[in-house]
Amino acid sequence: MTFMQSFTELVHQRQQRESAKRIRPVETEFSKLDVRNLNFFYGEKQALFDVSMTVAERAVTAFIGPSGCGKSTFLRAINRMNDIIEGAHHNGTVLLEGQEIYAPDVDVVALRKRVGMVFQKSTPFPKSIFDNVAYGPKVAGQRNHKGLAEIVEQSLKRAALWDEVKDRLQDSALALSGGQQQRLCIARALATNPDVLLMDEPASALDPASTSRVEDLIFELKQNYTIVIVTHNMQQAARISDWTAFFYQGYLIEKDHTQKLFTTPKKKQTEDYITGRFG
Amino acid sequence: MSLANVASPLTPPKAGLRLQKQFSWVRAREACVRAMLLGCASLSLLTTLAIVYMFLTEAVYSVTPDTTAFFQDVSLWDFLTDTEWSPQFADKHFGILPLLCGTFVIAGIGSLIGLPIGLAAAIYLSEYAKPKFRRMMKPVLEVLAGIPSVVYGYFALVFVTPYVLRPMFQSLLRIDVDIFNAMSAGVVLGVMIIPTVCSLSEDALRAVPRGLREAGYALGSTKYDVSLKVVVPAAFSGIVASFLLAISRAIGETMAVCIAAGQMPRLSLNPFRSMETMTAYMVGASLGDTPAGTIEYKSLYAVGFTLFVITLGMNILANWVMNRFREVYE
Repeated sequence: MTFMQSFTELVHQRQQRESAKRIRPVETEFSKLDVRNLNFFYGEKQALFDVSMTVAERAVTAFIGPSGCGKSTFLRAINRMNDIIEGAHHNGTVLLEGQEIYAPDVDVVALRKRVGMVFQKSTPFPKSIFDNVAYGPKVAGQRNHKGLAEIVEQSLKRAALWDEVKDRLQDSALALSGGQQQRLCIARALATNPDVLLMDEPASALDPASTSRVEDLIFELKQNYTIVIVTHNMQQAARISDWTAFFYQGYLIEKDHTQKLFTTPKKKQTEDYITGRFG
Repeated sequence: MSLANVASPLTPPKAGLRLQKQFSWVRAREACVRAMLLGCASLSLLTTLAIVYMFLTEAVYSVTPDTTAFFQDVSLWDFLTDTEWSPQFADKHFGILPLLCGTFVIAGIGSLIGLPIGLAAAIYLSEYAKPKFRRMMKPVLEVLAGIPSVVYGYFALVFVTPYVLRPMFQSLLRIDVDIFNAMSAGVVLGVMIIPTVCSLSEDALRAVPRGLREAGYALGSTKYDVSLKVVVPAAFSGIVASFLLAISRAIGETMAVCIAAGQMPRLSLNPFRSMETMTAYMVGASLGDTPAGTIEYKSLYAVGFTLFVITLGMNILANWVMNRFREVYE
């Protein structure tokens, strides 16, 4: 079938790029995250049903599924972003390197420093480019200007934005283009030096050129970070992820190596979704 | 040639179908309603224009040949630089500075008290308070805004001065506190502008999109960080506009300061002395017997015009800040 071939091709291209850039292939990974029997509720409404999953370290895990399937809720459960939503509650376990993140003694601020997040809509603060990237280190107590400048430069370089903005770091971040703003948000998330990066449809509001830049960036970043990305775009999942999880109506239907999931899905629902029969 | 361009004969008109306008009651009612609504909308504009016209003819340039306007008798230079305001004395002086001084000292004290408290209350309501508490507090604040200002004036005179200011400053620090003083007026003025600042600032804070707050939290911020370093800067234009509107209200406030601060025009920065504001002068002069056409009468218009220009300037500034610094969020 042609769609299977095209996905195989995408995955194959990615493997070629990996070997070209000497990115370590992902076979022997450890689990960064271990989620067990997670049920999640918004008030009365249950959004996740008994989801269990592990997320591999230093790899890209993509969540796919139709709108409202719970993939964003699951993502936001990993850094307790749902805490600020009135009436949200859960049961089950979310372990980050073996530690329960919902334990009563967990400092949610410290957790979010280790588990950064990039949102669908770029959300630059109405401050200068420099101050946007320096925000995280600043609230963490970094006051030394030289240290901040170093972090800002490094983060912008990692987010592949440095060359475009190095001469105008004091300009308002709102003056940047949409794609630049999104890379700025990635740089800002990197500046707090997280080990896990959650991305909620980071490229869905971008034009193709910017999307491809952000995808390249994710590809590079997985050498140092554990990346979890929610995407509506299955080609994108095939291009950049090592693992793919398919959510449907609050259930985790299937999670496997990206290549396997797209070429030989085990479940009928997964196959229907990736072949475009629904969703 | 495409088919659409081929002319085809028109369908002959049906009998009785007329497209021309004709009288109907529905159309007449539409026109009436439109005229009435326009009239109501224009009324406030016309009133403002009439007020400006009156100011100009009484204060700047008289249109009737046998009378003179205020600034035809007193030079603008004297008005702006003379340090004495004594229209009732034999030796008349018309220097606006003492009145301006009174106005700005009192409005300044009011702002120093009201703006920070109002903003802090707004931040609390918008960022910290439970929705239930917020829904309860909003009407309470509006009640506070609805208390007549004369009540505040008496509150300053019979409570703030004798039971707060005098024990604090006169008994402890040995600073004489007049019974009428700028401080008590400023304090109650500060309380009076809290609802304005709080309500408008809260609207501005709540208009900041949730995504920005989430981005802040996702970077490891505490609630304090998100409120003060993300939400407040993002709502900056709205907050400044609320400040300017509140200050302009403080400058224009009349009864409370008239009662609390007294009627003694004085060019001084000592807030414990009696002072006269522009508004208080206008109350005093218009209540006393100032015959129409006299210079004292015309001075009312000159002072009123000055006040009008200042508050108008503040409002224009507030609008400009709103537009200039507004961040557009979808």
